[in-house]
Amino acid sequence: MVRSGSKIADILLYAFMTAVLVITLYPFWTQVVISLDGGDAAYSSFKLFPSKISFDSYKLAFDFDALWVGYKNTIIRTCLGVVISILATAITAYPLSKKDLPLNKWITRFMLIQFIIGGGLIPNYLLIKYLGLYNTIWALVIPGMLSTFNVLIMRNFFRSLPESLEESAMVDGAGFVRIFIRIILPLSMPIIATEALWVGVGHWNAWFDALIYTNDTNKEMLQLVLRRIIIQNNPTQFSDILTKLQDKNPYSGMQLQATVIMLSILPMLVVYPFMQKYFVKGIMVGAIKG
Amino acid sequence: MSKTTVLAGQPEWNGQMKTRDARSKRYAFKKYRVLLIMMIPALLYVLIFNYVPIYGLLIAFEDFQVTKGFFGSPWVGFANFQKAFSDPYFYQVLKNTVLISVYRMLWGFPIPILFALLLSEVKNVRFKKAVQTASYLPHFISWIILGGIFMSIFSLEGPINAILGIFGIDPILFMADTKYFRSILVISSILASFGWSSIIYFAAITGVDPHLHEAAVVDGAGRFKRMIYITIPLLMPVISIMLVLSMSGILDAGFDQIFNMYNPQVYDVADIIDTYVYRKGLIDMDYGYATAVGLFKSGIGLILMLTANGLAKKMGGGDYTLW
Repeated sequence: MVRSGSKIADILLYAFMTAVLVITLYPFWTQVVISLDGGDAAYSSFKLFPSKISFDSYKLAFDFDALWVGYKNTIIRTCLGVVISILATAITAYPLSKKDLPLNKWITRFMLIQFIIGGGLIPNYLLIKYLGLYNTIWALVIPGMLSTFNVLIMRNFFRSLPESLEESAMVDGAGFVRIFIRIILPLSMPIIATEALWVGVGHWNAWFDALIYTNDTNKEMLQLVLRRIIIQNNPTQFSDILTKLQDKNPYSGMQLQATVIMLSILPMLVVYPFMQKYFVKGIMVGAIKG
Repeated sequence: MSKTTVLAGQPEWNGQMKTRDARSKRYAFKKYRVLLIMMIPALLYVLIFNYVPIYGLLIAFEDFQVTKGFFGSPWVGFANFQKAFSDPYFYQVLKNTVLISVYRMLWGFPIPILFALLLSEVKNVRFKKAVQTASYLPHFISWIILGGIFMSIFSLEGPINAILGIFGIDPILFMADTKYFRSILVISSILASFGWSSIIYFAAITGVDPHLHEAAVVDGAGRFKRMIYITIPLLMPVISIMLVLSMSGILDAGFDQIFNMYNPQVYDVADIIDTYVYRKGLIDMDYGYATAVGLFKSGIGLILMLTANGLAKKMGGGDYTLW
């Protein structure tokens, strides 16, 4: 009795979860189908597979310079952002990892402000203008570079390293800076890699700061190029490519949009299954103690 | 006499302690001199990028003019707030914000819990991991792309209208219809976030002592009974804390999503405080007014967060509070 009931429950469970799987992936799958379908997938709309596979729109999208400029800018931003953010976090977290550092408690309290209140949109915007950072890449990488949350997590990691290592290095005459660079940092690669991923994905997907702090097409980030095409339907150079495609397919607007979406999320689709566990870890650490 | 000696002795002893204390403090300063210097950039950073904007909130009480600057603009007291509170559109925006986030909470809060409960019953580890990983995907994609995808799904030519067409329903212009727009926001936001929100519950379920389940199996309890009588009660602390925490975000209706999905036709139902502040401030350049509205929002948020933290402390003890 119990067994057969359990079996039915199992079947229902698996069926339900398969449905969940389909529902989560289907929105992304539609974009694959529309981008590949040379025919009318974009119009007749409820297709699970492309009726015929054509890479026309992909070929044309390669001529879409703004997309690649966006890619380049986003890669630069992400790399620069990760480097200065990790550097700032590490040199802040190391002193704070010393429990008997003078003023430690007060400095930590001073930094906790981030969890409580911020200035909001307008004061931050005006600050960037006053500082002369407007329309520079620094406006995108400096304002968010030091997260108190990340500092505290790295500090806790530093604290978990065996003290004896540092003590013996000190006996040998090494100063704090040397210990930090030669001993602490190499031993902390797991947390550095984890935080680099958090910061990196944040920069990769960031768009609002770029929208308000930059206004130069040469400096446009990938996300903003996408926003122009997908959300605002305001593609300048895009329209030339669109007319080329329209000879073959009357519904190519959506096809080209889907293609651009695919081209921009491909890197994320490839890497995220491997890095999601580092993000899950972050949630867990944060949930236990912020 | 003896009394005075005792009293006289006390300060001396105290004084000794103080000098020793001061000496060790001075020693600590000397010992950690390099590390304290290392802290300077961070302190400057926090001062400039966290505290200065908070000080800048004073713009809310000014008739801020770019040409006159922060210190030169005339002080107007609460005029900006009065302007907001006497504007019916402000109440519309406030209502939209609260409605969207309450709807989102009503549906979006229980779904991750159910998802975690059910998925943890799946025995096949590979299948479980696959479903989990897929459900995390939207978390790694920006709302510009997610917004684009959802807009194409709900568009006139999209699959939703195709399905409705099968039932003989005429195509609906979902993205421009005030009747449906909020529901679309809520549905798409839940689709994008339920997987990620379930992580904390997965962890709590994994943390349940397997002996409890074994003992219940011996007593003849089936899976469903064990879920009801073991797993859910043990999840209750996490659930209540997450609920309290989500209360504090009641004025965060999801700027990234709405900003990328709304359009002037649906402002009446979808314009929220954050989008309103953006348009008033950065498009209309009404800096003082926009700052005032933003300050109102963060003030309420702060009060709610402090209350939530107090409640969480009462319910879950120190381990579950924010700080």
